[in-house]
Amino acid sequence: MPIPNTTEDPVAHPAALLREMVRIRCVEEELADFYRDEQEMRTPVHFSVGQEAAAVGVCAALRTDDLVYTGHRSHAAYLAKGGDLTGMVAELYGKETGCSNGRGGSVHLTDRSVGFAGSAAILGEMISVATGAAWALAKQGSSRVVVTFFGDGASEEGVFHESLNFAAVHRVPVVYVCENNAYSISSPLSARQPATSAGTGITERARAYGITAERLDGNDVALVHEATRRATAHCRAGRGPYVLELDTYRWREHVGPGYDTGIDRPEPEVEQWLERCPVRRGTAALHASAPDAQEPTAEERVARWDAQFRDEARRAVAAAKAAPYPTADRLTDGAYGRPAVAN
Amino acid sequence: MSRTLTYWQAIAEGTVQAMEADPSILIAGQNVDDHKGSYGTTRPAFERFGAQRVIDTPNSENAVAGICIGAADQGLRPLVVHTRADFMFLAMDALINLASKWRYMYGDKGGVPVVMRGVVGRGWGQGATHSQSLHATFGHFPGLYVAAPASPADAKGLLAAALQSDTPVVLMENRSLYPIEGEVPEELTPVPFGVGRLARHGTDVTVVAASLMVHEAERAADLLARQGVSVEVVDVRSIRPLDEDLICESVARTGRVVVADTSWARYGFSAEVAAVIAERIPGELRAPVRRITPPDCPAPVSWPLEEAFHPSAAKIAEACLDLVGSGGATVPVLTGVDAGFSGPY
Repeated sequence: MPIPNTTEDPVAHPAALLREMVRIRCVEEELADFYRDEQEMRTPVHFSVGQEAAAVGVCAALRTDDLVYTGHRSHAAYLAKGGDLTGMVAELYGKETGCSNGRGGSVHLTDRSVGFAGSAAILGEMISVATGAAWALAKQGSSRVVVTFFGDGASEEGVFHESLNFAAVHRVPVVYVCENNAYSISSPLSARQPATSAGTGITERARAYGITAERLDGNDVALVHEATRRATAHCRAGRGPYVLELDTYRWREHVGPGYDTGIDRPEPEVEQWLERCPVRRGTAALHASAPDAQEPTAEERVARWDAQFRDEARRAVAAAKAAPYPTADRLTDGAYGRPAVAN
Repeated sequence: MSRTLTYWQAIAEGTVQAMEADPSILIAGQNVDDHKGSYGTTRPAFERFGAQRVIDTPNSENAVAGICIGAADQGLRPLVVHTRADFMFLAMDALINLASKWRYMYGDKGGVPVVMRGVVGRGWGQGATHSQSLHATFGHFPGLYVAAPASPADAKGLLAAALQSDTPVVLMENRSLYPIEGEVPEELTPVPFGVGRLARHGTDVTVVAASLMVHEAERAADLLARQGVSVEVVDVRSIRPLDEDLICESVARTGRVVVADTSWARYGFSAEVAAVIAERIPGELRAPVRRITPPDCPAPVSWPLEEAFHPSAAKIAEACLDLVGSGGATVPVLTGVDAGFSGPY
């Protein structure tokens, strides 16, 4: 189960953060194997393997009724926010029991019962939608916060700038989480954005709009978690939007279960980032926090979780396979709502 | 001289030849320079001309469209590539509100000859926002040429014409066409806009189509030939201008027409073809026009729904049989043109 988030601003224990990262890692690795070997998930998938600390650190700081909107690489945020695993896996299998009833696929996930409002495939479009959702909540006097996850690539879209500008003017309670994994498919950040004294300009561009912005190690789950707690407190206090730029790295290819190491991205660079594995670092941090040969050790706990969550993932796959496909007689259902006026 | 090439090879070859002939042509698009190179179509140009002329752009479709219009205004010929046509909605303001109108609204002092290629993903659960065929959307606006080539030769020939055109051009390519082979001229021979081709001669019923649906129509025609029904297939090649004469001559001969399209019926390509026939040759029809298109919902991901959603050879064949009075005859299940897909996803 994901970290239960509540009506209070939660603080997650390092063990809980680590456990959730292990869960997402196991689920995605299992799904990638099934995807590659069986070719039954007929929808493009964008795995977050290697980027788990961003989703987990952020979502563990959110209340259940806070909302999350994401771009295409959405499995991790969906699960970290508490999205139903069986619904997600069934969606990838195109089943009626999927979280979007098999209509939307991996890039259109939703579980509104836990505040995962939706993911979408066209770059950057949810940045504006999240801004509007947060704007509406604030107008209604709510203390809820909206978070949107997107990549460095989406920060190049006009909608990123237009949304930040609007949010700054209207003091919208939205946290913009940029998972900067340094690549847009095969294109490195240096080919797409100018270097600045601070590395990339994403954080600095946010600051130019008067928005409080932090750039941090996105593979350090504790850092991400603490920063998100600062961000949500800022938003709830009515001080406007907040930007978190999280440096991280995608381990697998842009879309699909494979790897592009040595093809799109140089091997030494990939190796360097594998060393910065958020799960391994979380394990070391947990170990360091309880150095007195505590039983079980952090490594033993991770191993136990690993087995548990791989089993959970396989059970979700089995359930998805057993579930019915939508039937063609219902193909057009859901394209329209009920008529506004009965005819 | 011609020889067999795939559709993507034909585009790649035409691109290189056009860029050799005209140094003002450059390519702009996301990941056009990587090893995949827009399904292989831009990779040879990158290898030949390098990063000065084959430019990996930021993810900024709106600005890139405007930037390329500006570049065209100052003498360059940008070829913009969108590996999913759905992202062209982000480019539409510049393309529609400026490029398509530029020549006219500034008093015919010159145009902005931008060429945009858009790839229709479709299949393997590409779903609602990666499967859309936007040829009719762009075809709605005066001042743009729009083509959706079906054959490798036309993919090269229409690209060649686009890169010599004074008018902005949108080229729509269905990715299922990339591996399809055909005879392609070695030299760069432009295919004029607004001239369709008879892909197949027949006498009983005309199928009007573009792009992928031309192939589905030909497969339907093969099937029906074995049942004694003779199907003529009109490949319009261009959406705008549209070869009305070719369509009307064929329909006048057969008296029956099916319009097959990868996009929706309402206000779409099939609606336009039906309107042309209704306006020009209403008395020649021996049966009402039939349209084979997706139903009125977004493209689903779930594969049984996806199978039901996309128009197919079998559905075209059934419509043809209906029109010739053999409705209810059995049509065998045919696998789609994109059968055997195995990535990239």
